[in-house]
Order: sequence, then structure tokens, then C-alpha cells
Amino acid sequence: MLDVRNLTRRFGGLTAVSDASLRVEAGEIVALIGPNGAGKTTLFAMIGGFLAPNEGTVSFCDQEITGLKPHKICQAGLVRTFQIVKPFAKMTVRENIAVGAHTRIKARRAALERAEAVARQVGMEPMLDQQASTLTVAGRKRLELARALATEPRLLLLDEVMAGLNASEIAEIVPVIRKIRDSGVTILLIEHVMQAVMSLSDRIYVLNNGGMIAEGTAGEIASNPNVIEAYLGHGAQERLAQAGTDA
Amino acid sequence: MTDPSIILASLINGILTGAVYSLVALGLTLIYGVLHIINFAHGSLLMLCMYAVYFLFSIFGLDPYLSLPLVAVGAFGFGYALQRFVIGTASHGRDEITLLVTLGVSIVLENVALFVFTANERLVQVPYDLDGFDLGVTFVVVPQIVAFAASLVITLLLWLFIAKTDIGKAIRAVAKERQGARLVGINVDHVFAVSFGIGTACLGAAAALLAPTFPVAPQVGYSFVLIAFTVVVLGGMGSFFGALVGGLLIGITESLGGLFFGESLGKLGISLIFILILLFRPTGLFGQKANG
Amino acid sequence: MKRFWIAFFLFIAAAALLPAVVTSSFWLDFLTLTLFLALLGQGWNILGGYGGQFSFGHAIFFGTGAYIQVILQSKFGISAWTAIPFSVLGGIIIGLFTGFLSFRYGLRGSYFALITLAFAEAFRILATSAKVVTNGGQGIYISLNREPAATLSRLQFNSVEGYYYTALILTAVSILLAFWIENSRFGAQLMAVRDDEDAAEALGINAFRTKMTAIGLSGAVTALGGVFYVQKFLLMDPSIAYGPTKSIEMLIVPIIGGLGTIFGPLVGSIFLHGLGEASKIVTSGLIGDRPGLDLILYGVALVLILALLPNGLIGLMKGEWRRPGGKKAKQQTPEAGRDA
Repeated sequence: MLDVRNLTRRFGGLTAVSDASLRVEAGEIVALIGPNGAGKTTLFAMIGGFLAPNEGTVSFCDQEITGLKPHKICQAGLVRTFQIVKPFAKMTVRENIAVGAHTRIKARRAALERAEAVARQVGMEPMLDQQASTLTVAGRKRLELARALATEPRLLLLDEVMAGLNASEIAEIVPVIRKIRDSGVTILLIEHVMQAVMSLSDRIYVLNNGGMIAEGTAGEIASNPNVIEAYLGHGAQERLAQAGTDA
Repeated sequence: MTDPSIILASLINGILTGAVYSLVALGLTLIYGVLHIINFAHGSLLMLCMYAVYFLFSIFGLDPYLSLPLVAVGAFGFGYALQRFVIGTASHGRDEITLLVTLGVSIVLENVALFVFTANERLVQVPYDLDGFDLGVTFVVVPQIVAFAASLVITLLLWLFIAKTDIGKAIRAVAKERQGARLVGINVDHVFAVSFGIGTACLGAAAALLAPTFPVAPQVGYSFVLIAFTVVVLGGMGSFFGALVGGLLIGITESLGGLFFGESLGKLGISLIFILILLFRPTGLFGQKANG
Repeated sequence: MKRFWIAFFLFIAAAALLPAVVTSSFWLDFLTLTLFLALLGQGWNILGGYGGQFSFGHAIFFGTGAYIQVILQSKFGISAWTAIPFSVLGGIIIGLFTGFLSFRYGLRGSYFALITLAFAEAFRILATSAKVVTNGGQGIYISLNREPAATLSRLQFNSVEGYYYTALILTAVSILLAFWIENSRFGAQLMAVRDDEDAAEALGINAFRTKMTAIGLSGAVTALGGVFYVQKFLLMDPSIAYGPTKSIEMLIVPIIGGLGTIFGPLVGSIFLHGLGEASKIVTSGLIGDRPGLDLILYGVALVLILALLPNGLIGLMKGEWRRPGGKKAKQQTPEAGRDA
């Protein structure tokens, strides 16, 4: 469904993303992980149309979308959420989600009704009439998710939707994400919360210093020496192996 | 009309006036550079300072060049208080609101002047306003020369102040990194107010320099605001050197524009420059890129 | 929704019956101008309140509509009614022109405010210089209608009531327009762009096109205000058309009343215009007529409202206010903490 090839993005002398490629098939949950500053959000920004890549292409459902404006990409069925959440502060939760619904629905009343349905789907029903600016971090993250869902996407790009959530909030949102996939939406997510990543993802890509260093299932990634080095530092793999043999 | 000596005369007059524009813009760019606010009240503050100079002259017979330090200090105090107690508290630190607050202040100041002083123009008539030097192509009068020289001197002094003194360092720190400055113990609110005060003091000085040649009336603030903004945007928000260069360029534009297109159409050039810079090069000639 | 219609019909009913009670033509004129100010304020509110783009030079739309209206009548002998669509179209075109330049080059916030100011000043200078078209600084006049029978067809009234009801109709239409904005897809998208342009784009909204539509609508409504002014005062000159006074009045009224609300401009206009008039009466009794006092109060009101009532007077009615330099207070506290 999503075919990202050789994306590169430079900011002056700094190469934030270098020759990164990934694929997402319909119905999958794919995770993009990597240490802080690896370039994950930059990659998302390029896929979503907020940044133009210096090199490389992005195709969605066999249609090239590289360099298209974000609103066109959303209309094609690819929606992204933001790592630093962007609620429409002056609107209620219902009105926020309705903005997403309006991508496909013209009539106001129908959009508001769809907003209610989506809120129910993600468990935000009690907050429908609350002003978005009064929500907690967890609430805002969930609102961000609900809004994107309301646009009836085929592929959802979730950028650290669990950042800032405590353990019980994470435990609540994981099945919500799984249910979203089961309802027919493909998901590509950036995440740091490892247990969630391992339990949700069909496949995982690892990005470090702008380049893809590994790809595979959860099990393959966990034992991949390059991944361990990326997270724990140079030589960590050897030290761990040593510790393993010593023990 | 294409006689080179007339053009040269126009250029000279433009440069002489432009230096004062630079001084006016200097205050504005300092305020923007440190507080990141676009001070709409800048023109009306200048207008009030000009009234102060006028009344010191008409009531006490004080020559504007003598009252310059007085008005500058008074302006500093007024500006400090304005920022500390009105603008700072009303804005809650949000930039969009600050613009509107300074607009509100400018409306109040301009209409207080209108209400109290009426719309009549007042001009400070010094005895030496017709003395001057014949440069061949044109005759430049003493007030123009003093204004030019004093503006440059004050600009230099201000630059030294910001670069070399401790409070200048604090100002630069706050300008670059507000939170960080707060964390190392700098009283940011005080620095804001001091910077605003300095910006207003520049206006006090400029008012004294303008007084012999520019009549003052309440509406004068509005036209100065446009000129000041154009200079700052042209030179680059937050750049001293930009304000200097920008002021001279605008002075020349106004002068040459008036020469070729007449008094009112000549002023169109300034608005057009403003629009073009905002569209195509919003950082101006010497400004930094948008800061966070 | 229902609350709106109740409020709207109450307003219309009260306003329609007012001339029966208010017999003084001075006060009826005062009310007419209050409605006129509310109309202009609503025009600004569309772009500034709902769209979040604060224009400091909104007079360009007012002045263009007014000048087209007056020039077509006085120089080309076209009838007032025929001229109206052209005046409104003029407002729309100028809106799209300035909007295209500003939005295409990504101007937001203070920079957008500044460029609108520059445009207004540029237009003012052009209007002063283009003497052939506009009579320059002298202004243009429309001849006064002296035939009692022809008032509606010439859109000039011999009585204050005529202008009052015209202003009322225009203001009512502008209120309905605001109501439509708040309940339509366009309005939802516009407000999304206002609150967060990037998020709006990510949700499929073409921010540029949305803002262009808003500025076109705003230009149309404001130009209509220019049309009304010309028909009432029968003259126009560059400083009325494009000067800072109208621009400032147009933005203060909705900010004081409540940005992005349906009745905000009306409430703001009643409050400000009433305050201004009251102050003039008080001072003229004490020290004679002196211009400037009403605007002083407008400026003070603006700063106070910004400091204490970020949602304007409408917000005050809903119980929202802020302590200076401190936190917001609301009458209903939101549900604390737990969202999920």
C-alpha cells in the first residue's frame, strides 16, 4: 500500500534522513523505531507532504504522492498525526473530530454524528462537549487519533501516540489501535514504548542517524546486533554477548 | 527634472532626514529584537515626545537640543512604565495579543493628544532654523546637519552600550534565549522594560532632533509608524545596522520619490517597498531568520 | 442552535419596533450608525474572528466598495441599485488580490497585519493622486435626491427611518452569514485553519483556498458597508475611504464584543458606540465639543478587554474572564484529570 523508496532530506549541512526505504502492506501494523533524533518524524513529515524530500519517492496505493500537499495526501487516504499534538483549542472535542469527518462529509449534521461515532470508537464519548484545551495529554493524544480516524483513512501514520501516557493509559490504547486495524485501517506508527511496539507490530523498521539499519519481526529486531548498538551504544553488543557467556 | 544637481540635492536631503528615520527605527528594532513584539505605539510615542519638546520650548524657552537629554530620560521612564505595567501585564506574553495591545495604546495616546492639544500643527521655531551651509547643489540648514550627526552619534553610543555594558549583555541574553536568561537569574521582566524604555528614549532624542523641521500634530504618529516599520522590515527585524542602512535608504526613497512623482505619490514608494519586502524578503537586508 | 434563532428573532423584533419608541431623529441616527458599525465589524470578524487573520487595514474593502458606488453614480450616472453588485464585486476582487499575495507568500500573524496596513495606505495615496477618477483629496459627491417619491429607487431616504431599516436589514443578513459560517463545513474548516493550520492541512483542508474564500466573503460584506455609507452620507474621500479610522473601528468592535462569535460585533458596537456617545454628551456639557474622547475610550476598552476578557463581552456573558497576569476563571470547572 505504501512504498517509500530512498528518501533523503538534508537541512543545510545536516542529513536528517538518508536513503530510507520502507513498505507497508494493506492490513499491517508496522512500527518505525529508533533512538531520539534518528529522523523518524522527518520521515513522517516527508511521507505526509509537509516536507519535500531532496531525493526519493513515496507511492501510496500505486499512486506517486511525493511532493504533493498534505491536504491532497489526506484526501487520497493517508493521514498523519503529530508528535506534539495540535488540538483545535477553541473547539469542543466533537467539533474537533467533525473537522476530520468533513474531509468526506459535506453536511454539518452528518459530520457531527460521525464525530460522535468515532469518539465512541476510541472511548472519548464522555468528553464530547469538553473544550479541547481542557483535555489532559492523554486526552489530546486520543483526540489527535480520533480526528485522523474520522477522515476515513486507508493508512494512518501515528507519531508517538503513546508519548506521555502512563502504564494504564498505554494498556488502554493498545487494544484501541488493534481494533482500528481490524476495522480495515492500515497503520504505520512511530513509537518508543517498546512493549506496545512488540505486541502490536507485524513488522518493525529501525532508523538510526537518518538511515534504515534493520527490518523484521519483533523477535528478529530484538536480537539484531545493529539495533542493540544503536540503542545502547558502540560495543554494547559485544559486552552483552560477553556478559551472556560469562553468566 | 533630470538635472543631476537637483537629484544630488534630493539625495543629500534624503540622507540627512534618513538618519533620523534610522534613529526612530533603531528603537523599534531594539524592542522587536528583545521582546519580539511589534510595537504599534512607536509612532504615537514619538508624537508625544515631540509635544514634550514643543512645550519645553514654548513654555520654558528651552532649545530642543538642550531639552534632548531631558526628553530622552523622560521618555525612557515612560516607556519603562508602559511596558512593565501596561503592555506586559495585558499581553500575558502572547505575541498576537501584544500587537493589539500596542495598537490600543497607540489609539489612546494619539487621541489623548487630540483631545488635549487639538489637531492644530505646532512647530518649534528656533532662531537658527534658516542658518546653514551652501553646498552648491543645495542649501542645508543647521537643524538638518545636527539631526544627521546626532542620530549617527546616538546610534553608535547605543551600539556600544548594548555591546559593552553588563546590562547590554543581559539584554542580548534575553533577546537570544528568554528562558535560559531567566534560568541564570536575569530579571526578564525588568530587562524587557529597560529595552522598551531605551527604545522610547531613542524616540525622545529623535523628537528633539526633528522638532525644528517637523511640525507636530496628533496624526503625525501614524505616518511615522509606517515609515518606522518599513525601515525595520527593510533593514531586518532586530538588526541595528539594518535600521541604519534602512533609514538612509527610506530617506532617499522619500526624497527622490517626492522629486519625481510629487509629494503624495512619492510616499507611495515607501508603502510599495514595505509590501514587496514583506512578500519577497521578510527577513530584510540584514535580519536573522525567524527565531523560535 | 435554537438559542440562536430565539436571540435573532428577539433582536429583529426589538430593533424593528424601536423607531416607534425612539422618536428623536438624533437617537435614531445614532442607532443607525451603531448597526452600520456592527455590519463593518462582522465583515472584519469573518476574516479576523473566524479566520484568525487580523487585518489592520480592512478599510481597503470598505473604501473600494464605497468609491465604486460613488464613482459609478456621480461620474457615470448609473443608478444606485445597479452599482451595488459592482461595489461588492470590487470588495471581493480586492480581497482576493491582497489575500492571494499575502497567503501565497505565507504571511501570518503580525506580518499579515502589517501588510494590510501598507495596502490601505497605498490605496489612500493612490486615491488622493488619481484625481481624474476620484477627485483626489476633495472627494466625490452624489447629488441629493429631492423627489420624495423616488427614495427607494435612488436608495436615498429623506427620513432617518429609511436608513435605519436599511442598516438593520444589512446587519441582519451579516448575522445570518455568521450563523451559517458557524454551522457549515466551510466554517469548521476555516476555524480549524485558524486554530492550527498544519493540523488542518493534515486533515485534508486546503488552507490557502479556505483563507481566500474567507477574505473574499469578508471583502464583500465590508464593501457593502461602504455602499451604505455612500448612500447615507452621499460623499467619499480618500481619508474616509482608506484612512486608519475605519480600519481601527472595524477591528475594535468584534474584539471587544467577542472574536469569532455571531453577535460579538453587534454587542461590541452597541457597547462602544454607546460609550463613545455617552462620553461626548458628558464632556460637551462640561467643556464643550472636543474630538478624540470617544476614541480614547475605545483604546482603553481594547486594552482592558485584551487583558481581562479574552473572549470579549460575549465571553463575559458566558462567565469567562481572566485575572490580569494570572489564570482564567470559568463558572463551570472542567472535569479534572481523568479523560479515558
